[in-house]
Amino acid sequence: MNLSLVIELTILALAIFLGIEVISKVPAMLHTPLMSGTNFIHGIIIVGAIVVLGEADDTFLKVVGFVAIVLASANVVGGWFVTDRMLEMFKKRPEPKKESTKP
Amino acid sequence: MIALIAPGSNLLGILYLVTIICFILALKFLSSPKHARRGNWIGGVGMIIAIVSTLLLDGISNWVLIIVGAAIGSIVGVVGARRVKMTAMPQMVALFNGVGGGAAALVAISEFHIADGNLAATPIVSTVLSALIGSISFAGSLVAFAKLQELVSGRPITFPGQNVFNAAVFIGAIALGIALIAGASQQWVIWLLVLLALLFGVLFVLPIGGADMPVVISLLNAATGLAASATGFVLSNTVLIVAGMLVGASGTLLTMLMAKAMNRSVTNVLFGAFGQIQSGAGSALRADDGRTVRATTPEDVAVQLSFARKVVVVPGYGMAVAQAQHDVRALAELLEERGVKVEYAIHPVAGRMPGHMNVLLAEANVPYDALKEMDEINPEFPQTDVALVIGANDVTNPAARHDTSSPIYGMPILDVDKAHSVIVMKRSMNPGFAGIDNELYLEPQTTMLFGDAKDSVVKLIAAVKAT
Repeated sequence: MNLSLVIELTILALAIFLGIEVISKVPAMLHTPLMSGTNFIHGIIIVGAIVVLGEADDTFLKVVGFVAIVLASANVVGGWFVTDRMLEMFKKRPEPKKESTKP
Repeated sequence: MIALIAPGSNLLGILYLVTIICFILALKFLSSPKHARRGNWIGGVGMIIAIVSTLLLDGISNWVLIIVGAAIGSIVGVVGARRVKMTAMPQMVALFNGVGGGAAALVAISEFHIADGNLAATPIVSTVLSALIGSISFAGSLVAFAKLQELVSGRPITFPGQNVFNAAVFIGAIALGIALIAGASQQWVIWLLVLLALLFGVLFVLPIGGADMPVVISLLNAATGLAASATGFVLSNTVLIVAGMLVGASGTLLTMLMAKAMNRSVTNVLFGAFGQIQSGAGSALRADDGRTVRATTPEDVAVQLSFARKVVVVPGYGMAVAQAQHDVRALAELLEERGVKVEYAIHPVAGRMPGHMNVLLAEANVPYDALKEMDEINPEFPQTDVALVIGANDVTNPAARHDTSSPIYGMPILDVDKAHSVIVMKRSMNPGFAGIDNELYLEPQTTMLFGDAKDSVVKLIAAVKAT
């Protein structure tokens, strides 16, 4: 039991450094999409909501679990689509423009 | 039924590991302009793997409730994300962040209920943290949403003794948390903790001005990650622990990067009550020495623009709300046909979010290489004939350079005032989001073109064509 806690804390510590390292070179123009992308990732809380509701055996837990699922799935789906819409804007690169009229 | 996965099995652990790897790659790719979109897709794949694996766990029932709940949430998410205008994106991030925090708090409450208040040491500490942080994030994000959506005033809301009161609420919540950890097992204790945390979330965001909201949303985003990570300890769930902490750590760094772009510390953003209207600000801006602002007409501006060698467009939130970016591009192309060099000066925090202007101008097909970052364009202003400020305000205020009493003192600004001529397009003389007057408008080389940004640009296009 204690061993598993130690392992959990170890991966927690590694995750802290990894989280910092992996985004440390982000340019300013991607700050907002990156925030939105991480916002999507913490939607992983939906896994917790599924476990709670999936194992719920009384009314209280069913109600709380149900609300948790609604909120978490809005986080996941909304977070993903908002990020995708933001990034869509960066994708469009107008090459066949300009260079047409110049005396 | 399909082969079920045993909770705690190696198979589940490996599937979760795949998700974790997807999320790490997602973050990596999201930090580079080239692969950002792919990053989001990889994250999506990881999320689906985690969700499906969890649904297949042995012992999961209540399928109807799960499916109905997920359907409702998904519909809200898709409709919200698709329908919303590009300018309203920041508040959508706040909203979707808040609901995630709410979900984390609810999961914590459930675990407390299941154990009937008798959790072992690690789970109870994690439960308290998750309930506390999740609730603060939920309430704080909703207030941030309401402020950006202008459901409540974007200006800081303050009252006497605010800091003391907020601290008292927070300490109360912490005290309840300590009581729970020490062994209190009554259900009402955790509910009261959640209530105080919600109240604190509201109180802590209310005094923060709209201009600082991106930093606050980013901070709350990191907080939701921490809450999810704490929940992972309660459920002994590796994907929650790692994914939550990845967001917690990267979100904290991102918060600091954003604050740095505004030359403010995070503490200053949170406790400075920045953005209260300075005394005497308002409609009639008038300097002590009698200088006043001068208004101009689209025709005058058109002449200046047509005969300039170099024009720098300085976009801001006004361009975003008016959805003027397409017309701005059209105007720029028209000028370029006449041999005028047009560039765009992008302040890192112009608009409501870092990168806001890049997104809008990219949407309008403005070529990347015409967008200049602040450090790149500032040395060029002295050689610029006309600086065309379209709905940007605080990021052009020279007071940031020299007025130590100004709330924005020290913030890096665009040196628009060094251009030979400055044209400011603005709806009215109301102060910007920081709630302070802009002395740029009193400079002798500055003239003001009042009106909605889109209308004004359309008029300018017509006037340039007629010149």
